[in-house]
Amino acid sequence: MAGVEITGVSTVYPNGVRAVDALDLRVVDGELFALLGPSGCGKTTLLRTIAGLEVPAAGTVTIGSRDVTRLPPGRRGVAMVFQDYALFPHMTVAENIAYPLRVRRAPKARQREAASEVADGLSLSGLLDRRPGQLSGGQQQRAALGRAVAAGADVLLLDEPLSNLDARLRLEARTFLKRLQHDLALTTVFVTHDQAEALALADRIAVMESGRIRQLGTPREVFQRPADTFVANFIGSTPMNLVEATARDGHVECAGARLPGPPGLVDGTPLVVGVRPEYLAPADDGITGVVSTVENLGVSSLVTLDCPDGTPISLTVPEQHEPALGRTLTVNAAPGRLLFYDAEDGGLLDG
Amino acid sequence: MTPGWVVRRIGFYALVAVVLAFFAVPMLWLAGAPFDARPGFGLRWPEWTSANVHATLRHPFAVRSLVNSLVLCLVATAVTTAFAALAAYALSRVRIPGRDALLYVLLLLSSVVTGTAAMVPLFVLMLQLGLIDSRFGTALVIAGGMLPAAIFILKDFVDAVPRSYEESARVFGASPRQVLGHVVLPIARPGIATILVWSFVNAWGNFLLPFLLLRDVDKQPAAVLMRTLQDEGGSANLTVIPVFSLLYSIPVVLLYLVVNQRYGFRFHGGIKS
Repeated sequence: MAGVEITGVSTVYPNGVRAVDALDLRVVDGELFALLGPSGCGKTTLLRTIAGLEVPAAGTVTIGSRDVTRLPPGRRGVAMVFQDYALFPHMTVAENIAYPLRVRRAPKARQREAASEVADGLSLSGLLDRRPGQLSGGQQQRAALGRAVAAGADVLLLDEPLSNLDARLRLEARTFLKRLQHDLALTTVFVTHDQAEALALADRIAVMESGRIRQLGTPREVFQRPADTFVANFIGSTPMNLVEATARDGHVECAGARLPGPPGLVDGTPLVVGVRPEYLAPADDGITGVVSTVENLGVSSLVTLDCPDGTPISLTVPEQHEPALGRTLTVNAAPGRLLFYDAEDGGLLDG
Repeated sequence: MTPGWVVRRIGFYALVAVVLAFFAVPMLWLAGAPFDARPGFGLRWPEWTSANVHATLRHPFAVRSLVNSLVLCLVATAVTTAFAALAAYALSRVRIPGRDALLYVLLLLSSVVTGTAAMVPLFVLMLQLGLIDSRFGTALVIAGGMLPAAIFILKDFVDAVPRSYEESARVFGASPRQVLGHVVLPIARPGIATILVWSFVNAWGNFLLPFLLLRDVDKQPAAVLMRTLQDEGGSANLTVIPVFSLLYSIPVVLLYLVVNQRYGFRFHGGIKS
């Protein structure tokens, strides 16, 4: 059992791209940690740097109390599940799971025993003599997890663990993964580009962009108080409303409405108001607009209002409460749900 | 079923029959002539006898040349396959500037190196090295000629092995040798089998190099000896040649069957695409 500590790590590719840029990160022992970001943000490179498959150009990686920056992957006490699972096609499931023991030259009987032990916990017992090609996607994923568990590592690394499964299986696998991690209490870092996956699985999330961490926090923090407009845009299955506004008399003016604003701003300061569609509801006063589209999301609907100045505002309404198209609707945010961002650098303003 | 269609069908099958006969006649000769009491160059129903077989086995050089062939080919094949596998893996995984150009130049020059044009310098080289009449030396020259093409073909196979297999093994602590032995070679096995058969068949049929480099009849392989199977009058020795031809063709067919049986299968899955 061990935490992971990353200090000032930069990873540069031979073509000069800085995939990870002077990054600091601390993963606590036993935590399920998500690296979340759009493709090309450096999250996989960071994971591979922890694994030792990429050598950082600067900085140190510490696992437990050991500095592993210069150690080869096999001596770091990490196990990794690759996005494509990388199960060896010429070995049976049992041989695949026991592979970490074979590398350490454990006796054959011990290998077989470990394989069946691990397979029991992953409901793969009946499949030990199959080859990976004869398994379904979900079974392959569990076999790959089994191999990583059998390695007995301190830290488990998962690269896009759910992306190769179809939608329904993904939910099942998500629940399974969370339970497995909880049972093993194994420090786990996983990479994903799917914000819903990160929110559902992780204890803590690091949202990354261009090789840097934009926000680090629990799923709740990241969802409710995105640290900047990038994170605000990225997190949430319906994108957050980000409306340009101007400060005036302790209020903000946006989309033709006047809303209570953060104190202490000079009149005329440009800023961005952010509010999630889920936190908006019809009210007596607030932002007024004409209903232009209604999209059914199942238990709720996403309604888009066109404000007088052309700004679109979306909100979710419960089923059966959808307004008619063309109706004028006034909406306001639940208390404390309005967020204010600096118009220049996109950072969250306190207040 | 118009008359035109019927004529076209008949024409097609007639053509197929001619082509088939072209390939089948030598095969049938090879099946019949060795056991014919009076073998000739024509194709006919044999008067069955085993006298030719006994005569061939008693021939002073026939069996010995087949053994020579086998030794020559085994060494050449082993050298080619082993070196090609290692070189292909390295060339596939290591970044060297101008790697592809290097491969093409190698491929181009290889046909010159062991081609007819280089025979004289090659002979002189081997003479000065004292490797004339050395079966091992000849095998090395044959292997050298085959290596570039073998590397070229095998590199494509190794390129197709996803890197995540190797990385996965490395994360579990496998040494470079274990990565190669446990993962890369088994997965590239169909490619290695291809090179194995290809290089064996090539070496087995090679006439020019052993003809030049092995002057001693005792050491000559079957492909070279075949030329000298004559009776005193200088005409072809038809007692020995048919049986000898049959024996000569067996190893290649056998190798193909065995390799196809053992390694010819394809892998499915393991990487989800």
